[in-house]
Amino acid sequence: MTRLAFNRRGVGAIYRFEMGRFRRTLLQSVVTPVITTSLYFVVFGSAIGSRISQVNGVSYGAFIVPGLIMLSLFTESISNASFGIYFPKFTGTIYELLSAPVSALEIVLGYVGAAATKSIILGLIILATASIFVPIRIVHPAWMISFLLLTAASFSLFGFIIGVWANGFEQLQFIPMLVITPLTFLGGAFYSISMLPATWRAITLFNPVVYLINGFRWSFYGVSDVSVAISLGMTLGLLGLCLVLVTWIFKTGYRLKN
Amino acid sequence: MTPALSISHVTKTYPSGLQALKDINLEIRNSEIFALLGPNGAGKTTLISIVCGIVTASAGAVAVDGFDIVRDYRAARTRIGLVPQELNTDTFETLWATVRFSRGLFGREPDAAFLEKVLRDLSLWDKRNDRIMTLSGGMKRRVMIAKALSHQPAILFLDEPTAGVDVELRRDMWALVRGLRDSGVTVVLTTHYIEEAEEMADRIGVISKGELILVEDKVTLMKKLGKKQLTLQLQERMTEIPAGLGDWHLQLAADGNELEYSFDINAERTGISALLRRMGDLGVGYKDLNTHQSSLEDIFVSLVSDRGGSRP
Ligand SMILES: Nc1ncnc2c1ncn2[C@@H]1O[C@H](COP(=O)(O)OP(=O)(O)OP(=O)(O)O)[C@@H](O)[C@H]1O
Ligand SMILES: [Mg+2]
Repeated sequence: MTRLAFNRRGVGAIYRFEMGRFRRTLLQSVVTPVITTSLYFVVFGSAIGSRISQVNGVSYGAFIVPGLIMLSLFTESISNASFGIYFPKFTGTIYELLSAPVSALEIVLGYVGAAATKSIILGLIILATASIFVPIRIVHPAWMISFLLLTAASFSLFGFIIGVWANGFEQLQFIPMLVITPLTFLGGAFYSISMLPATWRAITLFNPVVYLINGFRWSFYGVSDVSVAISLGMTLGLLGLCLVLVTWIFKTGYRLKN
Repeated sequence: MTPALSISHVTKTYPSGLQALKDINLEIRNSEIFALLGPNGAGKTTLISIVCGIVTASAGAVAVDGFDIVRDYRAARTRIGLVPQELNTDTFETLWATVRFSRGLFGREPDAAFLEKVLRDLSLWDKRNDRIMTLSGGMKRRVMIAKALSHQPAILFLDEPTAGVDVELRRDMWALVRGLRDSGVTVVLTTHYIEEAEEMADRIGVISKGELILVEDKVTLMKKLGKKQLTLQLQERMTEIPAGLGDWHLQLAADGNELEYSFDINAERTGISALLRRMGDLGVGYKDLNTHQSSLEDIFVSLVSDRGGSRP
C-alpha cells in the first residue's frame, strides 16, 4: 500500500461531492441571482440612477455592479461553505470525514474550494446579467480576477468556520444576516462614501467591507474611495485571519471531535 | 507478525468527566473475527471511535498494522473501514455517488468494477441510482457497509451491525463477514448478544463499564459460559430428591415445588431427555418446564465479582 503524502483524490472527492449538490440545485442557484440582479437594476438603477447620474465619473448603474457582485460573493461563499461542513455534522456523516486519511488542509481545500467555485460562478453570472443592463468596463482584469478569487476564498473560509461553530441551522444564517449584509450595505456597495457626511464617512472607514468593495470597483473603473494598497492588504489580512482560525480549529479538534 | 490492531493503555474521559474507558489493552490478530461484547454504555463505540480517529484518546497508544493512529494517521486510516452504530447517511445523494465519494476520500483510484462488485455482494446494485433517503433501514445499513468496503480496508469495524436487521439479512451479513475474513480482512464487531458473538467470532472480548474484563478464544469462552438451567415445575411438592434421580445432581427450589437441573449446552448429551424419561419411570409428574441461560448481565456480574479480589 502506498504512503500518501497528499490525498489528492480525497480533496477531489470532497470537491466533486460539494459541486454535485450545487448541480442538483442548479436552476435555483442560477435563477435567483439573475432575478435579484435584475431587480437591483430596476430599483436602484432606474429609481436612484435617474437622480444620481454619475458617481466618480461612472454611470450609477455601472457603478453598483462591483458592489452587487461583492455582496453576492460574501453571502454565497459563507452560506455554501457553512452549509457544506455543517450538514455532515448535522446528519452525522462527519464520522467518515474524521476517519478518513485526509488532513485538515485537504478537508479545507475540498470544502472551501467548492464553495468558492460556486460563489465565483454566481458572481460571473451576475456580471453577465448586469452587462445586459449597463455597459461595463474592466480596466484591470487581472486585479479583478485576483480580488474575486481572494474574496471568495476568504469568505468561504469564514463560512467554513461558521459551519464548524454552528449548532443549529439558524446559527448559519445569523452572522451573514446580522453582520455581513449590513456591513455591505453600509460599506458603499451602492454609493461612494465620498457622498456621505464627514462624520459618517469617518465611521465608515472602520468597516473592512469598504476596502474590499472599493478594491474590486477599482479593478473595474480605476476609481476608488480608498487606497487600493489598503484594499489589497485588507483582503489578504482577512484571508490570513481565517487561515489562522481554521488551523486552530483543527489543532484543537474544536467542535469536531471529542 | 505485526498485529492487525494493537491498543495499549488507552483511557478516555469525556469532557463531561465521565470515564468511558479505563486502561484498555488489546491485540487483534490478522484475519480474525473479534467480537467485542458488552452491555449498553460499556464503552464499545468509544473504543472503536478512538481507533478510527473520531474520538481522541485521553491517554495510551493505538497502532493499526503497526502504524500509529496519530503519527501515521494516513497509513493507519487507509487500512480502516468503519460501519458506525448510527445510520448516518447522505440522504440526498444517490447510492452510487456516495460509495464513489467514500472510495475517493480514502485516496483510492476510481474503480467502477470493484464498486459494482461491492454493491452486488450487498444486493444493492439495483438501487445504485436511487437516493439514499428512499431506501429502507436495512438497506441503509448495507449502504454503510458498502461505503466502508468501497476503499478495500484491511480491517473492518462493525459497530452493532445487526441492530434492527431482520433474520435473513443478519444471516447474509454473517456470511459476508466470514467471506471477508476468508479473503484476509480482519473484522472487529460489537454486539450485545452472546449468540451473535458465538456465531461469528474467533475470539471474544468482554467489556463492561469501560474495562476489558476478559479476552478469550470463543471455544474456550463458550465452555465457561455455556451453562444452562432447566426448571421443572412439579405437580406435587417434593421434600427430597428421589434417589433414582441422583445422577443429575438436581436441586430443589421454590419450597419443593420446582426441580432445577444445570447442564452444559456444549456437551455431547445434555442429559435432559434421559432425565425426563427417568422421571416418567418414577412417576414424578411436572406441569411445566423452561430453560434459562445466564444473561450477559449475569455473566458480567459473575466475571466482575470473580476478578474483584485481584484488582487494586
Ligand atoms: N460524546 C460523549 N460525551 C460524553 N459521554 C459520552 C459520549 N459518548 C459516549 N459517552 C458515554 O460513554 C460511555 C460509553 O459509551 P459508548 O457509546 O462507548 O458505549 P457502548 O458500549 O457503545 O454502548 P451501546 O451498546 O449502547 O452502543 C457511556 O456512559 C456514554 O454515556
Ligand atoms: Mg455503541
